[in-house]
Amino acid sequence: MNDWLTQAENWAFILIALPMVLGAWRSVTSRNVVHSVLFLVITLAASAALFLLLGAEFVAWSVVLVYIGAVIVLFLFGIMITRAPLGMETELSHSNQTKLGAALVSGALFALITVAVITGFGETEIVSNPTRTSEIGQSMFERFVIPFEVVSVVLLAALIGGIVLARRDPAEPGDSSSSLGGAQSAHVTAEGGEA
Amino acid sequence: MNLILATGFLVSRCEGSRVTLADYLPIGMMLVFGIGFATVIMWLSWRIAPNNPTPEKLAPYECGIVPLQEPVQRFPVKFYIVAMLFVIFDVELVFLFAWAVRFESFGWAGIGAMGIFVILLLETLVYVWKRGALDWNVARRGRNRRIVVDSLEDAA
Amino acid sequence: MTGWEIFLTAAIKTVAAFAFLLTLTIILVWFERKTVADLQNRIGPNRAGPWGLLQTVADGAKLLFKESVTPRKVEFGLYIAAPVAALVPALLIFLVVPIGRPFHIGDRLIDLSGTDLNIGLLYILALSSLAVYAVVLAGWSSGSKYPLLGAVRASAQMISYEAAMGLALVPLILFTGTTSLKQIVEIQGGSFGDTFLPAWNVVLIPSFLIFFIAGIAETNRAPFDLVEAESEIVGGYHTEYSGFRFAMFFLAEYINIFNIAAITVTLFLGGWHGPTFGLGAPFDWVLPIFWFLAKSMALVFVFVWVRATLPRMRYDQLMSFGWKRLIPVSLLWIALSTLAIGVRRMGLPWT
Repeated sequence: MNDWLTQAENWAFILIALPMVLGAWRSVTSRNVVHSVLFLVITLAASAALFLLLGAEFVAWSVVLVYIGAVIVLFLFGIMITRAPLGMETELSHSNQTKLGAALVSGALFALITVAVITGFGETEIVSNPTRTSEIGQSMFERFVIPFEVVSVVLLAALIGGIVLARRDPAEPGDSSSSLGGAQSAHVTAEGGEA
Repeated sequence: MNLILATGFLVSRCEGSRVTLADYLPIGMMLVFGIGFATVIMWLSWRIAPNNPTPEKLAPYECGIVPLQEPVQRFPVKFYIVAMLFVIFDVELVFLFAWAVRFESFGWAGIGAMGIFVILLLETLVYVWKRGALDWNVARRGRNRRIVVDSLEDAA
Repeated sequence: MTGWEIFLTAAIKTVAAFAFLLTLTIILVWFERKTVADLQNRIGPNRAGPWGLLQTVADGAKLLFKESVTPRKVEFGLYIAAPVAALVPALLIFLVVPIGRPFHIGDRLIDLSGTDLNIGLLYILALSSLAVYAVVLAGWSSGSKYPLLGAVRASAQMISYEAAMGLALVPLILFTGTTSLKQIVEIQGGSFGDTFLPAWNVVLIPSFLIFFIAGIAETNRAPFDLVEAESEIVGGYHTEYSGFRFAMFFLAEYINIFNIAAITVTLFLGGWHGPTFGLGAPFDWVLPIFWFLAKSMALVFVFVWVRATLPRMRYDQLMSFGWKRLIPVSLLWIALSTLAIGVRRMGLPWT
């Protein structure tokens, strides 16, 4: 234990991991959806920092670009289109009755990932050299070509699913429900000019 | 600040093996510096500037009148669809970057694989486009416009 | 280098970059006001200091002494975090831009950039996507309708053009084979064959144009400044900000303008490369800095020129221009350049 504490890297790890755990904890306990999302940003930023500590620059900045820059913005837009986007009214309405179930599920998931990582890597030393972008490309195109192509199909399916849920069919006329604001027939052509 | 010191310490401890962390030192410093500058100058401004709040001054801005309505409760779902499209293009971008750095070494097979990937994702854009999710309020505006023009013609 | 030397170099570079950006903002604001005035046949600021140069300093000092009103419905923590979130990414992006030729101190080679990252382009994209947070936080925490409308508009606009911006960079990476800004600049030294034409990446003209247009939209400048369309949504996301909190948004906007200009110059217009006329010791590193600044200021002038010339776009035009024109064109350009560079380096696929 003493030996573990003298390593500078371990201190850096603790300094990054603490806000990460705190952010994760607050993001599930916060009563305000927007605050939850912003706490999630802290967690994701810390995970990017952990990747940096491992020398995985490319992965770290991909996390910032994709998760913090895009996915969280998607969450925020999700909040904006649903209900009461302003300040204090964003409180969650339902109670925390599902606490136990959530705790069980997340505990089981944690156990599963821990076991998977330990059995998968065991005592393997992490290569401390910085990973180059080209190496990632190499493994992507030489070992994982099929999963790489599957990613695009999954993304395609996700987007189409999202749109089918979110929008009514363009053929349906006379849509006046406010939740689907701009869902009127989309085939009317633009007439140009200012309104 | 602790993080920076730790990073500096870390850099001095493991020279050579982790060159990247030394590259990130200026970034960490600028982060602290920027936040520090912003905090100090806003605090300074708060100290030296006058502070005379009145109920009218503290009301949300509404061009000088009393706010009557709450702001819109919901935004059009189009914003959400654009954000989804952006997530997809962002993921595509990360893969494109990883591929483009050494695209010669993957040869034409790599170009083919990337081509399939991009075309599959392009399909999302085409789908969204065809569904009209990228036409912002055109339909409604077109309808209003026609009515206005009709009534004007009647009057004339 | 030992740890302390690394630490010291980093500290000096950071402070220098920070001071440079602040001074530059003062000049940029003056430059924009003066140029727009000239373009509109007015005089512009001419009272404070020679040619009105100190006008920005006076304005900044005024904002410092102004009351910072905190409206009643504000969520204070996030409200005060938003200007910081606007300023910090703007400062950070500049660190990867090389502003001049590396020079020697003793036997040590010092790069004239804050830092050089292998994944420089990814870093630039990632940080410019963080700029959305300032807008969203400001709009949401203000508790008022105009900021919220402006914020949602602005964030949708910024993410749309961010995608185009990233796609425009892919042909550049194909062409240069690196994402480090330092190496991209080094590749652009010399000239094409025996001609006098400099070997800049301007051959990638479509990338250059898409990147620069998307950059104007990213910084929310005219004609893409719907974010602060005064006639519709007052000041947009910073309607409820006053005093120095507002000045922070202003500062961030101008630093971002310079960042876009500087990055465009670095990626496409040869960075700090330029004729040194065979001059000796001090000039071979002073002149590159001059060339870098001159090129960047030329692009900043384009920013101002566009603002003075073009009217503001309508929101549906803005979104359809981004998604229906810019992104398909950049995808097509990626396909074309991949085929062209592929054939040139690897021969035809069937041979």
